Amino acid sequence: MTKDKHGSDGGSLIVRKFLLVASIASFATATLYFAGAFNGDTVTAQRFVDLQQGDKPHLGFRRAHAKGMCVSGHFESTGELASYSTAAIFAQGHTEFLGRFSIAGNNPTAPDLKAPVRSFAFVVNPATSQEWRVAMNTPPVMAVATPDAFFQQLQALSPDPITKQRDPEKIKAFFKAHPESKAFNDWKAAYVPTNSFAAERYHSINAFYLHNEQGEKQAVRWQAVPHDDYRELAELDKTSADALQKQLAQQLKSQSVKFDLLFTLANNSDDENNPTIPWPMTRKTVNAGTLVITDWRPQAQGKCGEQNFDPLVLPAGMSATADPILRARGAAYAQSYRRRATEKLLYGQSTNSQGEPNVSN
Amino acid sequence: MSVTKGYSAVSRTLHWTMALLLISMLFLGLSMVQSLAVWQVEAVALHKSFGFLALVLVIIRLINKALSTKPELPNELPAIQRLAASVIHCGLYIAMLLMPLSGWLMQNADGRVVHVFGLFTVPNLVEADIKYFALFRELHGIIAWLFLAMIFMHISAALYHGLIKQDGVMSAMLTGKK
Ligand code: HEM
Ligand code: HEM
Repeated sequence: MTKDKHGSDGGSLIVRKFLLVASIASFATATLYFAGAFNGDTVTAQRFVDLQQGDKPHLGFRRAHAKGMCVSGHFESTGELASYSTAAIFAQGHTEFLGRFSIAGNNPTAPDLKAPVRSFAFVVNPATSQEWRVAMNTPPVMAVATPDAFFQQLQALSPDPITKQRDPEKIKAFFKAHPESKAFNDWKAAYVPTNSFAAERYHSINAFYLHNEQGEKQAVRWQAVPHDDYRELAELDKTSADALQKQLAQQLKSQSVKFDLLFTLANNSDDENNPTIPWPMTRKTVNAGTLVITDWRPQAQGKCGEQNFDPLVLPAGMSATADPILRARGAAYAQSYRRRATEKLLYGQSTNSQGEPNVSN
Repeated sequence: MSVTKGYSAVSRTLHWTMALLLISMLFLGLSMVQSLAVWQVEAVALHKSFGFLALVLVIIRLINKALSTKPELPNELPAIQRLAASVIHCGLYIAMLLMPLSGWLMQNADGRVVHVFGLFTVPNLVEADIKYFALFRELHGIIAWLFLAMIFMHISAALYHGLIKQDGVMSAMLTGKK
């Protein structure tokens, strides 16, 4: 079949030219739109991490919780959580883990004792469907419930670029505008930092779901609760910038450091999607088992330095709630991880073992 | 009267299914790496699953391509345009392969397994290693932009043939006739 191919629809060439230009322009505009060219001042993962890293990023380091040390050991499960979750780690038995203690902030050489928040992260069963990555902090709740509000909180807390001082008025105004921060501020007022990473309580803050064999789901939060039966706590050298790291290394010379992983089960009146509200002390708790830390490495030599402790990597038998803070963490951690990974690739300084053996995980 | 054939029904189906899938994947990828919204988590999971599907489809497509004869471009087309067309087509196939492969490798280098639609997991191709992660992550981003640029040129040329020249190049892929 042949047809008149040239100008069969007469004067419509102008229309066809217009269609051509319009289609191509639409494709280009759509590309720019999805690439974020028109998203104004939306808080993106990139902007969040820009704010966290400050104006002089520490290349090759995490943009948050930059200073830390690697630990390793095993989790001894009690089996008590197995009826709530099919995750392999909760079945009775041992699971090796790789962990990391850190302090909040973007500075990898900050003095340990100045940090307002201490943290504990760990990963089990890496590179399998049973992998679980956990990143916990000392506060039990967030001050705010959304990434946008958290961004504003960090902005309010940031020192002025010129005077290098925080602005108390700005901070006061922020917390006044966010009454949901009350529980957090109450905790902060009562919190007394301990003399050891090994003596803190670390909280999941965000809630997650456990799924069992029967297909039932249960919202939970958890905390790592330190054992307090140490023969004695190694001394803390308060003059050292690395006081907490040295103390823990010393502690591990004489005995292992243990935490119970205590799960709190929500009931129907708890909002699992709001990380600012503490759950009542009367909620049922289950002791899933004990994290036994037996060894440590500086983060430049251990594997934990290279690890992204993205809390959205969950084993089969666990899933994420719709908590907007939790949901924002994946993209932000990925952005920080991408930056430091690419810097490592470009500027070298391998954090893999140089002489020292790697931490096994 | 000799009828010059366009593309076969199989080729056309593969072409348009993948066009829709790949453009969606590119746009989803660009937005999800920025988004702090609650849907981001499911978006990433779907991105990986559909990305794996795209890898399967491009392999089928390459086999189909090897088995079928490609319709001729119009005789009057200048040699330089023929060359441009084949360079871009070749580049598009390379990008179709490298996008999902770099995505898969990036995930493994970050120590993660790739789940496909919650049905199965694919084998790990590399050990976890932050420098490999950086390499594959940056490749995934750079190839995505080259891919978009080639798609842009490809669409522009196809529409120019279809709307302005009306020389059968577009209808070969639209209706299979020329
Ligand atoms: C929207 C909220 C949050 C954002 C944007 C955010 C951002 C980040 C970023 C960018 C990193 C560095 C990731 C890397 O390079 O590997 C990080 C690390 C970390 N975050 Fe968050 N975070 C948020 C909420 C939380 C919460 C609620 C907790 C505690 C429950 C937490 C605990 C930690 C810990 C412990 C680390 C260090 C993990 C490690 O040792 O590598 N974060 N965060
Ligand atoms: C044809 C297939 C694919 C296309 C067109 C595609 C496209 C994209 C694009 C455009 C981005 C954003 C890149 C940037 O902004 O730098 C992206 C990100 C991403 N892609 Fe793909 N992708 C494909 C397949 C895959 C596969 C198979 C996987 C994994 C199995 C994957 C995993 C990812 C991940 C995890 C990110 C986010 C990385 C981050 O958060 O930094 N992609 N993809």
